[in-house]
Amino acid sequence: MADAILSLQALNAHYGDFQALYGVNLTVNPGEVVAVIGANGAGKTTMLRSIAGLLRNAPEAIRWKGHLIGALRADQVAALGIALVPEGRLLFPSLSVEENLVIGGQLGRKGPWSLQRVYDLFPILKERRLQQSTSLSGGQQQMVAIGRALMANPDLVLMDEISLGLAPVIIRQIYEALPGIVGEGLTAVIVEQDIAKALSVSQRVYCLQEGRVSLEGQSQTVPRDDITRAYFGV
Amino acid sequence: MSLSVTRRTRLSTAWLIVLVPIVLLLIAAPWWAGRADLRLMGEIALYMSLAVLWNLLAGYAGLVSVGQQAYVGFGGYLFFALTMLAGLHPYAALPLVVLAGFVISAPVAVLIFRLRGAYFAIGTWVVAEVFRLSFAQMASLGGGSGTSLSPDIVRSLAEGRDAREAVAWWLALGAGMLVIGTVVWLLRSRQGVALTAIRDNELAARSLGIDIWRTKFTVYVVVSGLTALIGALIFLQKLRISPDAAFSANDWTAFVIFIVVIGGIGTLEGPILGTLVFFALRETLADLGTLYLIALGVVAIVIMLFAPRGLWGFLRDRWGLELFPLSRRVSGLAKKEA
Amino acid sequence: MDWLNAILQGTLLGGLYALFAAGLSLIFGVMRLVNIAHGDLIVLSAYIALSFGVSLGLNPLVALLLVVPTMALIGYALQRLILNRTMGEDLLPPLLVTFGLSVILQNVLLMGYSADPQNLQAGAIETASVTLGPLAVGVMPVMVFVTAVVVIAALQWMFYRTALGRAFRATSDRQDVAQLMGLNRAHIFGLAMALSLAVTALAGVFLGIRTAFDPAAGGARLIFGFEAVIIGGLGNLWGTLAGGVILGVAQTIGAKIDPGYQILAGHIVFLIILALRPRGLFPRIDG
Ligand SMILES: Nc1ncnc2c1ncn2[C@@H]1O[C@H](COP(=O)(O)OP(=O)(O)O)[C@@H](O)[C@H]1O
Ligand SMILES: [Mg+2]
Repeated sequence: MADAILSLQALNAHYGDFQALYGVNLTVNPGEVVAVIGANGAGKTTMLRSIAGLLRNAPEAIRWKGHLIGALRADQVAALGIALVPEGRLLFPSLSVEENLVIGGQLGRKGPWSLQRVYDLFPILKERRLQQSTSLSGGQQQMVAIGRALMANPDLVLMDEISLGLAPVIIRQIYEALPGIVGEGLTAVIVEQDIAKALSVSQRVYCLQEGRVSLEGQSQTVPRDDITRAYFGV
Repeated sequence: MSLSVTRRTRLSTAWLIVLVPIVLLLIAAPWWAGRADLRLMGEIALYMSLAVLWNLLAGYAGLVSVGQQAYVGFGGYLFFALTMLAGLHPYAALPLVVLAGFVISAPVAVLIFRLRGAYFAIGTWVVAEVFRLSFAQMASLGGGSGTSLSPDIVRSLAEGRDAREAVAWWLALGAGMLVIGTVVWLLRSRQGVALTAIRDNELAARSLGIDIWRTKFTVYVVVSGLTALIGALIFLQKLRISPDAAFSANDWTAFVIFIVVIGGIGTLEGPILGTLVFFALRETLADLGTLYLIALGVVAIVIMLFAPRGLWGFLRDRWGLELFPLSRRVSGLAKKEA
Repeated sequence: MDWLNAILQGTLLGGLYALFAAGLSLIFGVMRLVNIAHGDLIVLSAYIALSFGVSLGLNPLVALLLVVPTMALIGYALQRLILNRTMGEDLLPPLLVTFGLSVILQNVLLMGYSADPQNLQAGAIETASVTLGPLAVGVMPVMVFVTAVVVIAALQWMFYRTALGRAFRATSDRQDVAQLMGLNRAHIFGLAMALSLAVTALAGVFLGIRTAFDPAAGGARLIFGFEAVIIGGLGNLWGTLAGGVILGVAQTIGAKIDPGYQILAGHIVFLIILALRPRGLFPRIDG
């Protein structure tokens, strides 16, 4: 699509001899929430890491606002307005909660997000602001990871399994916060294993299976059977 | 389908057939080489031994030492002490030097194995400094200015200058073969399997139940004992020892590291090739003095940055060469389904 | 009283060793790099101050204003052009490359300045002393010690209170995630090395004022700095100062027993501490 903000064209990715992605095509339109689902090992994380510039083996395959960004380093990609909430949260253990948030905004991009707004969204973080990030519960750490990405005031946020390993009530809490995050011109790609959650917050959905796109559709209308087939490859 | 695992390649079998006449030729060197050539060959054999030993330590066991001069100097000094102070015959002193090298390096290993990675490297240097300063305190061995091997000990090796030069050469050649033989044997033993596993993946090796500490300890002690032997022979050739010469970081560590890096770290052939290149360069460029050392340093850095497997690694990648039957090859396993 | 004097002198000497060590500690903390050429870079700083002294007629303490930025620039360039290419999982490349640099530096200095020992002349301040009761204390050693305390306090502040320090800590924690925050690792590493060599410049000039130096003097300085770092505990800057003081006192007491034992006594105290407290006296991070 001509006005896509992000498009992947025939994205391949390798770890040494092992190929993790095979010709993945994907488009994301401005303001949209796109869900990416798929079984463990399908290549979802690999796809997000490729977009974010952490894996740089596809210089021609990734286009952002019309420009090829596949050859850029992660810090250059970040400066263009793409933020990643990495799988497993990956906070900085020697930084306090507040420092983790502040460093997320250190590029100084203008936008609606500030320390204060992140604290408004997740009030518990304000109470814990001076603690080491490793002393928080898993759910609170996930809030820091999301807040850290928002602090960059990105145009696109990539979220990798933000509900992984969290209690259901915490997951609900985080997903309730999502509508307050997207909107306001922020585009999102949300990787999830929890299919229902992913479909409920997104407009469109892609399914990956063993490194290939096995399904693409509208989140609200795509038949459940198609998803099962695309997910498990049966 | 029958699978067989072999370490031998056709080339290495051919190489073994070539090796025997080469060794015979080398043994006969005193009859065909001049005195100066014989000395140079002896020096080459000893440097090659140091390089092969350091490579076992750093390239296989991951113990990057910059302090092996500790054992070169220790071996040299102990040899002088055993012959001159204890009155032993040189032939009796040499095995004792190896033994003492084992004994002294064991507690040293226990201590410095507490340091990891690069800090281990500097720790080995501290140990070498402790050795140097301690031997400089020993008045009976000339203190800071050192001492010479007394003429009757030199004479007890053999009658006549030519015969002595021949004996010194045979000792160096024998030590070189002992070192290479020991390293090949060690790498093909269970320890060698463990070493390769550790080098490839320390975590996986540990989960397979390989005792990493003990494997590294064994390598460190064996290498140190043999390094002490080489040290004894180096100073038997030089006939004079002093703390600065015996524990020289430049001579016994810098050159050796450059040899191994240039030749190819982590291969057995690399240090041997590296020694030959090193001496070829030295014989042609040595007049350049300091410039020669700078050039060596630059070459080593460039190789480390752009061809970290060294000259031998380059040749091997190009042509699949392997002289020593070390790496295990699986044959019979036809092309696996991609 | 002699013993008290030895302890006092050793403590002040420890300030110099802490300056040798602070740069090592910093780059290890940020990028897990151990720079074998660190000692030779200390000596290089002394030679640069010497050259500024000869060509511009500057007192070495004034020359510091030029030597510090010069060394910082050298550090940044060294890291960006050479050392960054060696950074990775494998320890061998950085170790062997900095070892190669060490040999190159020594021989370049040898060619440029010959093997003759040199000295930096700082003038009357070198011999000035104040008497504290029965003890005479040199002004210069006190100045070096105070500088060490100030440098370490400043590094500590930078590390924990500034954006640069935050970037250093984040990069040290998780290099790839720090990159996601828009921090260019290559640049951050360059800055860390620049800072390390800026401290090294201070260490080198103070060394040159205190004692004669020659192109081969670097090895011992690397070792002293390293010993201070390990005694104090990896990654702990104040511990590094304590480590330097312990080493300095061990050396002056050793020298008091017999001049030949000065250096040896320091090494032996280091080995004893390594045997009893392998993680140092005040450990912070794992090596
Ligand atoms: N660092 C790595 N090295 C080698 N293989 C990897 C690495 N990371 C992921 N893989 C492999 O790539 C495939 C895709 O992984 P990933 O993208 O993490 O999947 P997902 O996020 O969908 O679970 C898997 O088969 C996984 O084993
Ligand atoms: Mg994943």
